[in-house]
Amino acid sequence: MVQSVSESAAHHEDGIALRMTGISKHFGPVQALRDVSITVRAGTVHALVGENGAGKSTLMKILAGVYQPDMGDIEIQDRRQVFANPAQALHAGISMIYQELDLAEHLTVAENIFLGAEPRGPLPFTISHRHMIAQAGRLAQRYSFDIDPAAKVEDLATGDCQIVEILKALRHNASILVMDEPTSSLSEREAKRLFEVVRRLRTEGLAIVYISHRLEEIIDLADEVSVLRDGVLVHCEPAATLDIPKIVHHMVGRELTDFFPMRTVQIGDGLVQVQGLSSEAGIRDISFEVRRGEIVGMAGLVGAGRTEVARAIFGVDKKTAGQVLLNGRELNINSPADAIASGIALLTEDRKRTGLCIELPCSWNITLPSLGQIGFKPFIKPAQESRIAGDVGSRMAVKWSSPEALASSLSGGNQQKLLVARWLLANSRFMIFDEPTRGIDVGAKTEVYTLLNKLAEEGKAILFISSELPELFGIADRILVMRRGKLVGDLATKQTTPEQVMHLAAVEEKA
Amino acid sequence: MNKFVRQLLPFGTLTLIIAALAALEPDTFLTMENFSNVFSRSSYSGIVAMGMTAVIISGGIDLSVGSMMALSGMVAGLVMTQNGNVVPTPCLMVLGTFAGVLMGTLCGLLNGSLITLLNLPPFIVTLGTMSAFRGISYVMNNGMMFDVPNYTFLGESAIAGVPVNVLIFLAIALAAFFLLRYTPLGRYTYAIGSNRQAAYHAGVNVNRNLIAIYTITGLFVGIAAMIATSRTVSAQPTAGISLELDIIAAVVIGGASLSGGRGTVIGTIIGTLLISFLRNGCTLLGISTNIQLVVIGAIIIGAVALDQAARAKAETA
Repeated sequence: MVQSVSESAAHHEDGIALRMTGISKHFGPVQALRDVSITVRAGTVHALVGENGAGKSTLMKILAGVYQPDMGDIEIQDRRQVFANPAQALHAGISMIYQELDLAEHLTVAENIFLGAEPRGPLPFTISHRHMIAQAGRLAQRYSFDIDPAAKVEDLATGDCQIVEILKALRHNASILVMDEPTSSLSEREAKRLFEVVRRLRTEGLAIVYISHRLEEIIDLADEVSVLRDGVLVHCEPAATLDIPKIVHHMVGRELTDFFPMRTVQIGDGLVQVQGLSSEAGIRDISFEVRRGEIVGMAGLVGAGRTEVARAIFGVDKKTAGQVLLNGRELNINSPADAIASGIALLTEDRKRTGLCIELPCSWNITLPSLGQIGFKPFIKPAQESRIAGDVGSRMAVKWSSPEALASSLSGGNQQKLLVARWLLANSRFMIFDEPTRGIDVGAKTEVYTLLNKLAEEGKAILFISSELPELFGIADRILVMRRGKLVGDLATKQTTPEQVMHLAAVEEKA
Repeated sequence: MNKFVRQLLPFGTLTLIIAALAALEPDTFLTMENFSNVFSRSSYSGIVAMGMTAVIISGGIDLSVGSMMALSGMVAGLVMTQNGNVVPTPCLMVLGTFAGVLMGTLCGLLNGSLITLLNLPPFIVTLGTMSAFRGISYVMNNGMMFDVPNYTFLGESAIAGVPVNVLIFLAIALAAFFLLRYTPLGRYTYAIGSNRQAAYHAGVNVNRNLIAIYTITGLFVGIAAMIATSRTVSAQPTAGISLELDIIAAVVIGGASLSGGRGTVIGTIIGTLLISFLRNGCTLLGISTNIQLVVIGAIIIGAVALDQAARAKAETA
């Protein structure tokens, strides 16, 4: 049942695994793709980059049979194919691994891998769990994946879930594997492991289309890079001759010399003191200070407790020790409502889950924490609300058709700006940003940096949590380093190096 | 444009039903008496539906409203008749009315408290209280009703030709409209239903707001119970059986989403009237009540299916 992938792909070792020619697609009046052609060789990693909305996802959904192109051809191993639905694409050897993983959480690894093709048991309508687990185990072993086929998916770390998705694809005898932002929710270590896996699959002869916003890993991993901009393929070049500035140049059509804004803020006196903070979520004895106009970065691996520090300060997690002082006064915070009343804001890392009410108007999302304040009491006046939300939204340069447009109609970057606008209106003095640039494109990232800088200029104290060291070094005045629930470093950005921060964050970690 | 059409859909259906009935039965349907009758009969379910709209927008459900109505009525009857011993005096009737409304409010408070403090799904909590409230209603007078022969003010009297209960319904609809649209409580209700976690992280006191919503629903049920009691001049332990289904249907036909975050007072009023006119029309046309059930069932499924189709179209466009 589980065929060797390399056998079937071996015939095409140097051949073309996938050729998409002259693909065009429009949605209503919007031309999403215009005459796009890409060629992917077997045994290579082909990176697809572009800003949000450039057409990467549309192109891949056409490949996966989700959409049908208006024009253009798809050839798989020199055979022309037309996919009417995703099942046909899957059958032709194309497997997609989406950003939001597509696993049945309550089932085991083996059950997920064999979903829809379970080995039959001795009786009709039964499944042989024994065979299934054994086959899954053999499949994992063949690719040297260290995973327990009998484990429930809900108990796995995100990195392992991705391995399950990959195994699922291999079980389908995929010859072309599309990975959409696979590292966006992985820790540094998990990401490294994933890169090894991708390289192994490449040597096995798979053709891999790799979509990512993280340009460092693309340079590292890809054989070829295709750049999409506004639905047009603007560039294709071997990765060996490319570097990040060149890719960015093609993506945005301009050099990003001012990627990070100039920091000219006068840092004031101390605004926030966190003293000996511990919480039930496992952070211990955290102490630091943030001054007016200062951007303090917080680095650490996933699971080091950075988000938990934010949650403890914001009153989401219960504090077990320590205190938070604002202007020298001790705050009594037991819920986000208390924190907001004290002038603290938290831009959560999960925009969809804990940030926006996606199906409500933008203006409602902006004013939500401020409804208890003067101007909205005792009754909400819609015209006034719309004006206030409109003002603060345009200060953040949110692109919307009107403040009454639904939040779901905005792009990721604009949704992020919407949330910043919310806290700006709430008049927060201490703003915590947890991974504000995750999953948004290069242009939007620059806008977020500019925004942070502007907020600092207005005298706000900012705690900026990020997994991307370059942006911490680009924008933060100081960098705090977390490791296993403890604060292990408090460094002035100018006097440290990414290597030193990484060392502090990772040194005690055991594999 | 699409959004506009979608909002017009229930209203259009209602207009169509009224027009059809006017054409088919002009003599009996198009009379002041018939209209007054339909509105009067819609009034108490309409009042409960106002509370249910808020509950459903918050992403919850209240299955106990029918039983709650019986219990509120029985408590009122108990007070008015001094446990079946006297014919209610005006003083006792006022006292009993307050007692009934208070009972409804307390039942709502209980629902809200159990849901938030024990962190249980509203479906489970109100399924339980639906059974419990009904049981208590039966126990109160050994399964018998309390007769309140002269308690007719809410059920039968009219001011300037408009039944009092219709006036009460209009007042409560106006209050609910205002509450959902112009107060922070209403806004928080939408936010909680749309994304509870996000609302919490934006500083909304989720538990306090949910308790408020269920308590207000209880208050409305208490008021509706007094109208129902007055219409039948008796407090019956069997009052409001399967009322919750009619009301949920009205709210859903009116465009609310059972997954929360969506719904309007105006939509619910249209949904309530739609069901009432349908019932009325079937009766006038001599269609049996059993067939009425089938028609209403089909309308519920059809309304939601159309709404979803329009929504899907709006999203891809």
